[in-house]
Amino acid sequence: MKNLSRDSRHHVTFRLNGVTVEGFSEPRMLLSDFLRHEVGATGTHVGCEHGVCGACTILIDGTASRSCLMLAVQADGAEIDTIEGLANADGSFGILQQAFHENFALQCGFCTPGILMSLSEFLQDNPDPSVDEIKVALSGNVCRCTSYHEIINACIDAAAALRTSKAEAR
Amino acid sequence: MKPAPFDYIRPDSVDEAIGVLGEYGDDARVIAGGQSLLPMLNMRLVRPEVLIDISRLDELKQLEKTGSGVRIGAGVTQGALAIWVGLEPDLPLIARALPNVGHFQTRNRGTVCGSICHADPSSELPLCLALLEGEVELRSDRGARRVPASDFQQGVLNTAREADELATNVVFPAASNGAAYAFDEFNHRHGDFAVVAVAARSEGARISLAVGGVADRPEVRHWTGLEGSAIDDALNDLAWELGGNDDIHATAQYRRQLVRHLGRKVIEETAR
Ligand SMILES: Cc1cc2nc3c(=O)[nH]c(=O)nc-3n(C[C@H](O)[C@H](O)[C@H](O)COP(=O)(O)OP(=O)(O)OC[C@H]3O[C@@H](n4cnc5c(N)ncnc54)[C@H](O)[C@@H]3O)c2cc1C
Ligand code: FES
Ligand code: FES
Repeated sequence: MKNLSRDSRHHVTFRLNGVTVEGFSEPRMLLSDFLRHEVGATGTHVGCEHGVCGACTILIDGTASRSCLMLAVQADGAEIDTIEGLANADGSFGILQQAFHENFALQCGFCTPGILMSLSEFLQDNPDPSVDEIKVALSGNVCRCTSYHEIINACIDAAAALRTSKAEAR
Repeated sequence: MKPAPFDYIRPDSVDEAIGVLGEYGDDARVIAGGQSLLPMLNMRLVRPEVLIDISRLDELKQLEKTGSGVRIGAGVTQGALAIWVGLEPDLPLIARALPNVGHFQTRNRGTVCGSICHADPSSELPLCLALLEGEVELRSDRGARRVPASDFQQGVLNTAREADELATNVVFPAASNGAAYAFDEFNHRHGDFAVVAVAARSEGARISLAVGGVADRPEVRHWTGLEGSAIDDALNDLAWELGGNDDIHATAQYRRQLVRHLGRKVIEETAR
């Protein structure tokens, strides 16, 4: 049984985009804050801290989740992917990023990391989604700047590009 | 928007979890998916001394069909249930309702039992449990018991669970061959909590309807041989009986209208 006292900071380690990271956390520290302030991975954004806006969405063990609704101590030993891991090894845009760039699917970009991480899982489960399915998938991410139409278009383009790249890899 | 301090305990077994829950009782909160508890902690609506994390207990991840229905362990997420092969044949009503429970990102962590223990009056899963007359299995140091849905949810965020009890499973009766099921809800955006949610079951001349989001818990009514305008009359009586409150999402009057409209819609769907 693990028993972590509120008065101390506890060692937490996990794999972040394939690299082991570590830090110290009180039990009450949110995973979103741990990523940003302990690890220094500030690509994950924080909007509402109650699960509604989706800005903090990351992949935990391969599935999209709110990092503001998880404690850092709960992530110990997990496999985590964030926006910092989406670019190609040479630093150029990954497929999703490129599609957002080409479709003008962001303005301030605050919501974008959460949307891209949500779509990473969504497009894996549903490689050829309809517009209605994309709208439902995006309902958990709030954007206050751009029109959602561009985001939907970017998602359609990204889906097509991902299908092509998968077919080529075969 | 940050939680007040608490101690964090992660037991290695259900027995250990029940032991610490017995020790701390009201001072402790169980955390399963955290999709309702973390928002409440962040907003400091709750300030437990101790958090007991059951999310990693493999013992609670059982999802199986038993003689009495489908038994879902407290570690089973809403997302895991959504892709379970038995969902459509055995729980057609849940198959309709589940896509409306939050977003896929919250369903990835949020559990079925957690939703039922949280007991929000407009939640879909407690509504389905009430209509299907399912049960909640509770365990504590004092023993185990099974509580029928109608006794479990008692009011807004209030259940029959005692402070030292862990909900280990919920049991949904499996669909019967001769019955038809329907679900619908109205909300302002997909994934928001329902303003009003309804679920219906018809078998022969018997109609059952559950309504969420109007009274302080899901309410179920049964009728036999109801047809034509008698359905509207029954729904109108029910709408007035449940009453409802005004809030920022809708007026009480609008809620009553949704009971009449959505109630009729799901009843007709089950008659087809
Ligand atoms: C953006 C957003 C939208 C949402 N929309 C909806 C929606 O439309 N409909 C809906 O129904 N829900 C919605 N939810 C809530 C979500 O479904 C939660 O997952 C669910 O209410 C709670 O499940 P959980 O496993 O996350 O429980 P937790 O948050 O971990 O716990 C909730 C409560 O239940 C208690 N508890 C949990 N498990 C047990 C157990 N085994 N034994 C004893 N006590 C226990 C906890 O102590 C706590 O008090 C939404 C949540 C978010 C963040
Ligand atoms: S900051 Fe996590 S959902 Fe808004
Ligand atoms: S681009 Fe500014 S919030 Fe989405």
